[in-house]
Amino acid sequence: MADLTNDRIPTVVADGVDIVYRVNGTGAGRGSATAALNRIVRRKQTEKASGVRRVHAVKNVSFVAYRGEAIGLIGTNGSGKSTLLKAVAGLLPVENGHIYTDGQPSLLGVNAALMNDLTGERNVHLGGLAMGMSREQVRDRYQEIVDFSGINDKGDFITLPMRTYSSGMAARLRFSIAAAKDHDVLLIDEALATGDRSFQKRSEDRIRELRKHAGTVFLVSHNNKSIRDTCDRVLWLERGELRMDGPTEDVLKEYEAFTGDKSPQAKPKPKAPVPS
Amino acid sequence: MSQVLHTPPQAPAPADDDLAALAARHGLSVSGARPALPEYVRQLWARRHFITAFATAKLTAQYSQAKLGQVWQVMTPLLNAAVYYFIFGVLLGTKHGVPDYIPFLVTGVFIWTFTQSSIMAGTRAISGNLGLVRALHFPRAALPLSFCLQQLQQLLFSMGALVVILLCFGVPVGVSWLLAVPALFLQFTFNAGVSMIMARMGAKTPDIAQLMPFVLRTWMYVSGVMWSIDKLAQKDSLPHVVTLALAANPAAVYIDLMRFALIDSFHASQLPAHVWALAAGWALVAGVGGFIYFWKAEETYGRG
Repeated sequence: MADLTNDRIPTVVADGVDIVYRVNGTGAGRGSATAALNRIVRRKQTEKASGVRRVHAVKNVSFVAYRGEAIGLIGTNGSGKSTLLKAVAGLLPVENGHIYTDGQPSLLGVNAALMNDLTGERNVHLGGLAMGMSREQVRDRYQEIVDFSGINDKGDFITLPMRTYSSGMAARLRFSIAAAKDHDVLLIDEALATGDRSFQKRSEDRIRELRKHAGTVFLVSHNNKSIRDTCDRVLWLERGELRMDGPTEDVLKEYEAFTGDKSPQAKPKPKAPVPS
Repeated sequence: MSQVLHTPPQAPAPADDDLAALAARHGLSVSGARPALPEYVRQLWARRHFITAFATAKLTAQYSQAKLGQVWQVMTPLLNAAVYYFIFGVLLGTKHGVPDYIPFLVTGVFIWTFTQSSIMAGTRAISGNLGLVRALHFPRAALPLSFCLQQLQQLLFSMGALVVILLCFGVPVGVSWLLAVPALFLQFTFNAGVSMIMARMGAKTPDIAQLMPFVLRTWMYVSGVMWSIDKLAQKDSLPHVVTLALAANPAAVYIDLMRFALIDSFHASQLPAHVWALAAGWALVAGVGGFIYFWKAEETYGRG
């Protein structure tokens, strides 16, 4: 941990990153027809006059992530965590600064590629291919994915269309597909909050396993416990600014004081023993 | 608590200007940059299984809620042809003078529908799949290509129905039917190119999707789907330039090529001059041009 910077291999370097969203049809124009027409005709005019609002979501954030680290991203809602993650994945442009990465970071999530009208089985194939796995890899991992999701625990559900699944079952299958691939840099956005307790447990184990293979893991979560369980370093974003960057315990203590959690050290309420 | 800003990590954080140097030293690359064209083509080829799987999945999902299920794949084009026959063949009587009017009409409708739905799907390929674009990394050209492939699969179902119609109306099976394969290949390339152009425009200005049905309907009426361009040209009432433009229009070229391939009473004389060169030219211009045009904006899709 205390090694010199030179001995550690950086996987993600963020250098003074600013991210700005532009939203059409707000402000002065109020989305009226003339304002919209104006916007299309006079592209080059100042954004303010054309009713485009700028939302400065991430402001001047710099950090270096190293191989083997698991980094938690915390902050209140709307503080820019997910936005920063998307920019690291190369899915959002940066306004200023640069993000350098080792290989292609992947955001853990295949929800968008899956189709509710298709069977779970076909969705496993489709999701795997969408993540860039080859057909052979998908075939090899298929049984593993289905077993991990536990979809077939209560009967042969994998051959039913996904629209017939309960929301928990669908979420479990999605996580299982997404977690099936090994990634260099893995970005996870609140994925651990899905499923029942036993599945959450399995998910956390799988994250740890992925972390072993992956160079670096980023985890966005509002669940301080899962941050504590999986991460050894935490970045705290507030209103788009990097407020703190350091070892998990230090940052979480400050964060919990900030959010008004009076009993930061209290263990989560004892759970009734769940038979499973 | 506000004084904890920028607490350095365990190792002292390098100064800002050193970060770029650090990244360069370890060979890190800028996230989300557009790859060069050859690399892009290679990435796209690597995703070919995703493209086909996505197309097939879309096609299967389309009618999965319907009781008759996949029967609609064939029923929809047949019903379409029936409506056009009723209006143009029976009510308006356009069929006078065109031999084998029903095969003529149905071929036109099916081939036109292929181009029309490819372009329509292409327009929405990026703007209608932002979730996918924002969640996963893949060459974005995979989306318009996949939608065109879905339309091609749809067309192959229609062609099955078409063969039955042709046989019912006594059109003989001929060697020329084989010409349908290169004609379809060229048309697919053309469609894919135009879809990619529309996908980029639709990604920038989603309003285009509202406009396209009107543009496409106009295009359909001038493409000789329900009437014979050749008959119109013989009337001499139109300037030569207009008839030439009508006949050289890519949709008309592909429709007439297919009619020439499948229907024995549709003679080569009814085709415009240099028809294969025209068909290949349109495919080449639209295919290559569309692909490059789409690739130029690769890094901007799904953003902002």
